[in-house]
Amino acid sequence: MIYIISDNIISPLGYTTEENLSSMKEGKLKSQLHHHVFDLPEPYFGAFLDWSEIETRFQKIDTQKKIRYTKFEKLAILSAYDAIQLADIDAKQSDVLFVLSSTKGNIHLLENADGYDRNRINMGVSAELIGQFFQNPNPVMVVSNACTSGVATQIYAKEMMQLKGYKYAVVIGADILSKFVISGFQSFKALSTERCKPFDANRKGLNIGEAAATMVLEQNDMLPSGKCAILGTGNRNDANHISGPSRTGEGLFNAITAAMSQAKARPHKLAFISAHGTATPYNDDMESWAISRSFLSDIYTNSLKGYFGHTLGAAGILECIVSCHELKTKHLFPTIGHETKGVVKEMTVNTSYREIDGDTFLKIISGFGGSNAAIMYGLI
Amino acid sequence: MKNDELYIQRAIRITSTDVFINGTPFAINKEENSTWLTCIYRTLGVQYPKFFKMDNLCKAGFLATELIFKGTDIRPEEEKRDWSILLFNKSSSLDNDQLYQETINDPNNYFPSPSVFVYTLSNIVTGEMAIRNKIMGETCSYITEKFDADVLLENASIGLSQEKGIHHLLIGWVEYLNDHCDVLLFLVDRKSDGALTSWNKTNIEKYFFIPLQPHDEL
Repeated sequence: MIYIISDNIISPLGYTTEENLSSMKEGKLKSQLHHHVFDLPEPYFGAFLDWSEIETRFQKIDTQKKIRYTKFEKLAILSAYDAIQLADIDAKQSDVLFVLSSTKGNIHLLENADGYDRNRINMGVSAELIGQFFQNPNPVMVVSNACTSGVATQIYAKEMMQLKGYKYAVVIGADILSKFVISGFQSFKALSTERCKPFDANRKGLNIGEAAATMVLEQNDMLPSGKCAILGTGNRNDANHISGPSRTGEGLFNAITAAMSQAKARPHKLAFISAHGTATPYNDDMESWAISRSFLSDIYTNSLKGYFGHTLGAAGILECIVSCHELKTKHLFPTIGHETKGVVKEMTVNTSYREIDGDTFLKIISGFGGSNAAIMYGLI
Repeated sequence: MKNDELYIQRAIRITSTDVFINGTPFAINKEENSTWLTCIYRTLGVQYPKFFKMDNLCKAGFLATELIFKGTDIRPEEEKRDWSILLFNKSSSLDNDQLYQETINDPNNYFPSPSVFVYTLSNIVTGEMAIRNKIMGETCSYITEKFDADVLLENASIGLSQEKGIHHLLIGWVEYLNDHCDVLLFLVDRKSDGALTSWNKTNIEKYFFIPLQPHDEL
């Protein structure tokens, strides 16, 4: 069995998982409309990390001061550092695997290399530097599968742990905002200029956010109680369109079916679904199709995009961490921004902080390239 | 590990100058004013206009898949629910990222296009391959600093593990940057009948390190 023993979230809402959860409970939201971000002609709705605070915190943990790390690398290292400290594991050991989830890494260096070597745009270089910071001896793989990266990385970590017998995996997800990323989503007319409204009749697009999230996984036959374990996973392609999902949620439905049939080995009661819920017209309709085709329309479903925005490579990891907390405390966060239901198929959008019953949850996520992923966690 | 149970059915190598099918050179008709990848496309005689909309990384992956199926009875239009695609490379989509960056560098000449931006992700090539061939199993893209046969070996045994219900795997290294094409794509499964050879490190490397061919100048 593979389960989470510690985690961290760094977002505009806080520097630890606890801080983020407190901000969410208090309803503290940092996102707002920004004009002239990166000199872009169109405004951007969202929130940025406090980079001077991140720099200060990073200097405290970088005692060697040998390597000039990029913003992206500092963010990923800070997140991993906190999760590793909480897990109390020795990351130098060869039975610890590091895996990195990111869509674009240091892509902002394309515009301004800022004195870094040209090869620093390669995510593999960042991944190796992150592993070396913790003096970990293993190669660090980057899983880069568009918006599904965060869940695909957890699937990769679990399967590699099973194949090669790693005791621990440090699963890190990070992406930072840049002119490159924001302008691209704007060119798609995919960004809303107000808080995103997942599954809402008046949804006008997504908010993108920046964050890092890390979970430390442990593999053990002896199960400690009170942990969240991976029960089943699925990854399926729509084979339909590179920038739009299958209208009827074919790939996502297949991914959910795969994850749930893998998890069937254990009896369980599904407490909730953590949806992708980006608030684009296509995505949310597609998810409602996949949910209803899976006969899960009566299961409470939320989207966390109103709190964090779409945090790209971090999203799948960040949202699983929050979901595990929700499962343990038996309370589900609302879908911030949702007012009037407006998707084509039946689903139960959760709109309040509510008590829930059950011992498992399903995380679903979809992205460009026709990619879809689902992962089921259960309380053991 | 049970890699001894897996077999290579097809092996395609595309470099910046050569194409090999199962280790044998495949002649490409070179045309002036056409790119190397377009020459391969024309030589294959494929009719797929979407090819010309793709970025170079996707073109390279698309062509490798066409070559995998060339001469077999596998048809693109058949649904392939038990097929997966796992691709590895070094430069992600940087070849196209550079093109996209040029469209946003100058505020006075700012013209970001969704049709360029969509290719700024390393996994779009898996999507193009999946769409063309109706492949509906797993698709994933991974970034690592260099080609490593062990990585392919391990990931194939995961991709074809019994519990997944996946029976056919397209796995390989698909790299394209600044006119440098470096592609190795395998079709791997559990059928020993008619297989090219066993799926092991020696054989993977054999198809990657094919000696370069002598070339006449165009």
